[in-house]
Amino acid sequence: MTNVLELRGITKRFPGVLANDKIDITLREGKILALLGENGAGKTTLMNILYGLYKPDEGSIAVHGKEVEIHGPNDAIAQGIGMVHQHFMLVPVMTVTENVMLGIEPTKNGIFLDKEKVAGRIREISDQYGLDVDPNAYIKDLPVGIQQRVEIIKVLYRQADILILDEPTAVLTPQEVEGLFMIIDTLIKSGKSIIFITHKLKEVLAVADDITVLRLGRVVGSINPKEATTEKLAVMMVGRDVNLVVDKKPAKPTEPVLVVENLYVRDERQNQTVQGVSFEVRKGEVLGVAGVQGNGQTELVYALTGLLPLEDGTIRLLGEPIHRTTPRNILERGVAHIPEDRQRHGLILTFPIHDNMMLCTYYKNPFARGISLQEKTIFSNAEELVGQYDVRTPNIYVNAGTLSGGNQQKVIVAREFSRPIQLLIASQPTRGLDVGSIEYIHQQIIKKRDEGTGVLVVSSELDEILALSDRIAVMYKGQIMGIVDAQTATKEQLGLLMAGIHPSETAQA
Amino acid sequence: MNKTDTTSQTPETKTSKENHNESIWQALLVPVLAVVTGLFLGGIVILASGENPINAYGALFTGSFGKPANFIEGISVLFSTGDTAALIKAIYPFTESLVIATPYIFAGLSVALGFRCGLFNIGAEGQFFIGALVSAFVGYSLKGLPMIIHLPIAILAGAAGGALWGMVPGYLKARFGAHEVVNTIMMNWIAFRLSDWLLSGPMKASGFRPVTPNVLASAELPRFFPEPLRFNLGFFIALLVAYFIYWFLFKTTLGFEIRAVGANPDAAKYAGMNIIRNFVLVMALAGALAGLAGSSQVLGVDHWVGQGFSAGYGFDAIAIALLGKSHPAGVVMAALLFGFLRGGATNMQSMAGIPIDIISIIQGLVIVFIAAPGIIRWLYRIRTIKTEETVLTRGWGS
Ligand SMILES: Nc1ncnc2c1ncn2[C@@H]1O[C@H](COP(=O)(O)OP(=O)(O)OP(=O)(O)O)[C@@H](O)[C@H]1O
Ligand SMILES: [Mg+2]
Repeated sequence: MTNVLELRGITKRFPGVLANDKIDITLREGKILALLGENGAGKTTLMNILYGLYKPDEGSIAVHGKEVEIHGPNDAIAQGIGMVHQHFMLVPVMTVTENVMLGIEPTKNGIFLDKEKVAGRIREISDQYGLDVDPNAYIKDLPVGIQQRVEIIKVLYRQADILILDEPTAVLTPQEVEGLFMIIDTLIKSGKSIIFITHKLKEVLAVADDITVLRLGRVVGSINPKEATTEKLAVMMVGRDVNLVVDKKPAKPTEPVLVVENLYVRDERQNQTVQGVSFEVRKGEVLGVAGVQGNGQTELVYALTGLLPLEDGTIRLLGEPIHRTTPRNILERGVAHIPEDRQRHGLILTFPIHDNMMLCTYYKNPFARGISLQEKTIFSNAEELVGQYDVRTPNIYVNAGTLSGGNQQKVIVAREFSRPIQLLIASQPTRGLDVGSIEYIHQQIIKKRDEGTGVLVVSSELDEILALSDRIAVMYKGQIMGIVDAQTATKEQLGLLMAGIHPSETAQA
Repeated sequence: MNKTDTTSQTPETKTSKENHNESIWQALLVPVLAVVTGLFLGGIVILASGENPINAYGALFTGSFGKPANFIEGISVLFSTGDTAALIKAIYPFTESLVIATPYIFAGLSVALGFRCGLFNIGAEGQFFIGALVSAFVGYSLKGLPMIIHLPIAILAGAAGGALWGMVPGYLKARFGAHEVVNTIMMNWIAFRLSDWLLSGPMKASGFRPVTPNVLASAELPRFFPEPLRFNLGFFIALLVAYFIYWFLFKTTLGFEIRAVGANPDAAKYAGMNIIRNFVLVMALAGALAGLAGSSQVLGVDHWVGQGFSAGYGFDAIAIALLGKSHPAGVVMAALLFGFLRGGATNMQSMAGIPIDIISIIQGLVIVFIAAPGIIRWLYRIRTIKTEETVLTRGWGS
């Protein structure tokens, strides 16, 4: 057995942060190494170093036992290293083929782009590994799961035999995760080696051959998956016991906060993705919206928050209609929104943390007096929230874009929880967060509930839905298949509803 | 959450101020190197055309700043005889460069403000014309007013004219989604033809030439030195306006919105900002700034408007905004640079026989290096550090 990859003593400093501190990791040939660690532990940084995006301050990299210098992605690719990033790097208005070609455009007669050749090769790769991707489809028309496969094809097209997958499952539905694991399996069988980053401990136990855990930029240890349990891994990651189930008292719901009747919404491409949805959320309860992603949940939330217009129906907040009003008006009535796409809606990555911490209330006392921004309050507010929510950052003046993925999410949660609210709409609230942060944010959501806030949680993680909800609505093809009591709901029952089958129907069948 | 071991995250934490200084230095590095490289390559072009670059740049320097020897002599004359003439002559080139820089500051701010909101204002040239024409009209037609009333009205009228010219494309974008690049260009042509017509008829002074009458003395921006020095209050108004724009962009809620819309319109919408209103507001303000450029030129320097009045200030402004990274302080520095280059160019031509166009080549090179900072980074082996990338415009489709 040989090691395809050895990183030795890798150290990387950013202004004010020691992101990697003498890290050693080893990848065995034909194996899957899972890299675990809290948000901001330095996983992405380490992988970016391996891929040549950052230059390490110290340390060496050996591929197939030979020490190599990697100065940029091209060097990495030449060494057979390929990376699928945490946030995809695809051009939405281009086709799969064009995206795969980017940067290595092959030509016919030296002038004309040879698209057919590339498309043919994509089909071969797609067949070989069971990826099922149409080379001529436009990226913007593809679901996230398939976009990710395009990223994998890009890597395979460049003949990588070491694949880095940075949180590949964070954005996938359970079905898509299954699909990805099958692909990983084929990849391993054909001799590839994989570094796999995730926060989902069950996945780690399911696929990993080796596990290495990072904390605060250092390796805290490696463990054999056969000896590991999710609890053990959680302790290694965050350095303390983590309560993986939220303990909550039964809800004491009172009057309705949000009443939605017969809602119809079209998405940006004019497809009617919400078709006649009705439900209510009461004060002091959590209504979970379960469903495979892409069944209208996104548009439902956009309509509730004013980001998309309704086609038909009514939305009432505390008895007053809000469906013909502006996002600002909805915010002012006390609706907080943790958006599904944090980099698109939730943050301005090129703005400092302190500005992102007041993004929705910048014009109000105490952040502004008249039109004059009150920097002192803005700074102290950010300091306070960064401390309270344990956002890992050197200071509040750095741009939100420099934060690790999970810490970006914490900034949004901190901001949305810090103003008085009647209704909390949380879309995928813990996507990309480590177990410790998930525990904390779940506790905070339940705390809001117990304070009498109405909570709507949309998540494609059934575990999360079950952990938080008092009632669960299942969406399928733009409609609500049923609303069930979370106390009595089972995963099987929900699974059927999510597939569009009423349990009663199966009973008859 | 446990905060026990967060301390080791920051083993070498710098104060925010240090970080800040570092980032200012970072931001200045590429533009400064771009200018240096532009001058260097310009020197090679001069050399290739068979002239001596040292002579050429010497003439450029004395043309834009004046001769240090003359300056010293001017001072000694002043002290020995009390005669200011020699000193005034010595500072002429320097003040003239500032005169040229003045409209550049205003127009550069106009384009920069647009960039901050993700809008590309190519219409500064047209807005400049309209500002100049309106100011000229108010300047010569309102008679009998004291300066304290007449001058402010003339300036503000120019700004209002420019604002109107900018607002139209802003409104068209907000209402119909029409791209501002197309519409500002269209508004330029309307402004050019409108001014041709006005200058040949309604606003024409008596005589043969298609020019407006001179503005009245009560509408002139006061000058600080006797003829031929044209250095006037306009320069200081420009600096004041630059400071105001800085304050407006970075210290007010309105500026915060503008920058948010420019940096991430989806997040701006999520935060309840009215994107459309910001488009109209910014285009109107940008128009007002370009209008002020025209206004300061006519009230402070020329005192009348003729055909071809602008000499491309509105287009150079795009380069200035880029060079200044759309930051008011950067814009002022870039405008001064352009002012000195343009100011010295004539001298370079007459003294060293180098065509004025070489300055355009240098400016062009600088712009290329700014627009493609990768070249400079590669030339000087600067590591890319992801600092704030100013969002210029979100492409042609949005
Ligand atoms: N470009 C950068 N500039 C400054 N600091 C950075 C930069 N990139 C990362 N950091 C810092 O380095 C640390 C490690 O970040 P990294 O993205 O590697 O974390 P991670 O382990 O991938 O976390 P997550 O699970 O949240 O994605 C963080 O504290 C982050 O703020
Ligand atoms: Mg990461």
